[in-house]
Amino acid sequence: MICIEAKGMPYKELNRIIRHQLANRDETSCLKNINGQRYIGDALRGKQKIIIEGTPGNDLAAYMDGLFIEVKGNAQDGVGNTMNNGLVVIHGDAGDTLGYAMRGGEIFVKRNIGYRAGIHMKEYKEKIPVIVIGGSAGDFLGEYMAGGIIIVLGLDRSSSENIVGNFCGTGMHGGVMYIGGEVFPYKLGKEVQVVPMTERDIYVIRSYVERYKHYFGLEVPAVAEKFQKLLPLNKSPYGALYTKY
Amino acid sequence: MSIGLITPSFIIERSESKCTQCQVCVNQCANKVHIFTAATKKMSAADANCVNCHRCVTLCPASALIVRKNPLEFRVNSNWREDIIRSIYLQAESGGILLAGMGNDQPYPVYWDKLLLNASQVTNPSIDPLREPMELKTFLGRKPEKLTFKNGKLYSQLPPQLELEIPVMFSAMSFGSISLNAIKSLAQAAQEAGTYYNTGEGGLHRDLYGFCANTIVQVASGRFGVDPDYLDAGAAIEIKIGQGAKPGIGGHLPAQKVVSAVSETRMIPEGSDALSPAPHHDIYSIEDLRQLIFSLKEATEYKKPVFVKIAAVHNVAAIASGIARAGADIIAIDGFRGGTGATPLRIRDHVGLPIEFALAAVDSRLRQEGIRNHVSIVVAGSIRHSADVVKAIALGADAVYIASAALIALGCHMCQKCYTGKCNWGIATQEPSLVKRLNPQEGTRRAVNLLRAWKLEIKEMLGGMGINALESLRGNRLMLRGIGLTERELNVLGVSAVGE
Repeated sequence: MICIEAKGMPYKELNRIIRHQLANRDETSCLKNINGQRYIGDALRGKQKIIIEGTPGNDLAAYMDGLFIEVKGNAQDGVGNTMNNGLVVIHGDAGDTLGYAMRGGEIFVKRNIGYRAGIHMKEYKEKIPVIVIGGSAGDFLGEYMAGGIIIVLGLDRSSSENIVGNFCGTGMHGGVMYIGGEVFPYKLGKEVQVVPMTERDIYVIRSYVERYKHYFGLEVPAVAEKFQKLLPLNKSPYGALYTKY
Repeated sequence: MSIGLITPSFIIERSESKCTQCQVCVNQCANKVHIFTAATKKMSAADANCVNCHRCVTLCPASALIVRKNPLEFRVNSNWREDIIRSIYLQAESGGILLAGMGNDQPYPVYWDKLLLNASQVTNPSIDPLREPMELKTFLGRKPEKLTFKNGKLYSQLPPQLELEIPVMFSAMSFGSISLNAIKSLAQAAQEAGTYYNTGEGGLHRDLYGFCANTIVQVASGRFGVDPDYLDAGAAIEIKIGQGAKPGIGGHLPAQKVVSAVSETRMIPEGSDALSPAPHHDIYSIEDLRQLIFSLKEATEYKKPVFVKIAAVHNVAAIASGIARAGADIIAIDGFRGGTGATPLRIRDHVGLPIEFALAAVDSRLRQEGIRNHVSIVVAGSIRHSADVVKAIALGADAVYIASAALIALGCHMCQKCYTGKCNWGIATQEPSLVKRLNPQEGTRRAVNLLRAWKLEIKEMLGGMGINALESLRGNRLMLRGIGLTERELNVLGVSAVGE
């Protein structure tokens, strides 16, 4: 494993090193003492693994097309912005706008995330992005969702803490969300409906929960029954809003 | 009993003596206006469906058709105009937002037509463009503060530039809003004419990857089609913050235009509305814009210029200054006349600023702040002919974007019904039977002709002013005079009045 000491290194230099030296190797690399450097993994292709020790800056794994990035700590805003492929595992919290316009790949977050996660996620045929959150999410989760899967496990919450914020799924017209706890109707956007779970849904949730347990070494209570499934009401939520002049 | 209050906007006049009942009009009209009754062998027309696109008029072999504005008149009323009365009937019937296409058609002043150009006489000889070289080549991108040389060779590193043979590019029109054949026509034309076309927010169809060297890829709030291949494919990347036809609101492609190829390119369900959120939800401040600009520069290893496209709105000069300082290489400003496939009527007609003023204000402000060289300025909305191009450059633009003019070259008749997806000219539609009416080879030929014609006219106007390089005209407001403009308007534009 090769290690890069990144203490005090500006992001431009760090990313140039990652792109030219690390991205072409087979071995795992490790970045030490990362402290807010942005755009790590930006548009990188390949299958290598990069371990980040410290707190990466905004836009981690933006436009990323492959690669496995593991963050031993928290991440900031914009993780997986327009991500196309690959895997991001965060051993902590993440910030706002996680997975904005995500088109492929997977993101696993151990604990909580901020607002506007999974906004305008997309999918096409077998290319389906997935976001798995161990704790809770903020407002506007899955806003404008057009595809993909969001799973929120709701672990480790106090009884008064909500599993999702307000306006969950507002503008949703594709994709599916599985929320591991009760979602009060007033928290949902107008375009979203709660539907009964099927065998297939339970299977999907179980397989992602297994992966979550594998990455974070945690025990997750078998609570597939308490999940609520959210789907868009229809594909064209605003079709009836317009008239031809 | 409810009565429909909407009367036809247009009526068909068919010359019975010329008509041979060949039924070309019946087959060609996607709105099913023309009807042939076999039993009586008579032609008739469902006037209410006519959108005045002239497809039938142009194709009738006997020239037997005319489309007229319905002469049905309301009592003359300068306030309660016919279009306003009709719009209320439509809303009373549907309860919906009025959707319109193309650009603002209201009678606001067109300021290009209030500016006149200079010509050389006596003291300063004009230059003959037919016999002397004229330089129209334009470079778009950040320009350095100064150049250093070593051993007679350029030593400074230049930031990435786009090289244009003519200061006119094709503006953003997405795959979805227009057909693949229309985009292919413009892409090939851009390649042949040595300029660029813009993908719009619909992503890049794989058939267009052959035109990469002439493609500007757009990253809009919906981020449709944005993956590393897409970013690699563009010669430049444009972040779309807004457009002149709908400042402040997001994009909207109606569900009937999201067919399987559009669904695949945009990665959204077939038959769903393609929505672009109003703001980019990760850009809530100028610092956030800087972050997105640099995320794209990092993604492309700083090798490509990054555009930021905004609509012309109040304080556009301050906004442009912020964008220049945020790291953009090129600022594209879209005036309130800009076109679109679909926008709410009231936003199209009542929001935004004329591009002439936005351009003058931005150019002046950037010069005052000493950062004019940090960005190139591209303007749009609406540039209609070569004189508009010359005036825009004189006001300070580096280049212009055209879209409506390009579509008119391909056959558009400005019926302004793009959002229905039933464009009879094969331009603003995804229906296969209509799309194939537009032959890309023919479309390319027409678009290339348009650019060639404008290039010749620009050279004539430049030569007439005694200028042989576009660089000498750029921002040269002394070459303009205002006619019929107020004192304040002349001040903002930075031009003198005719006679001064």
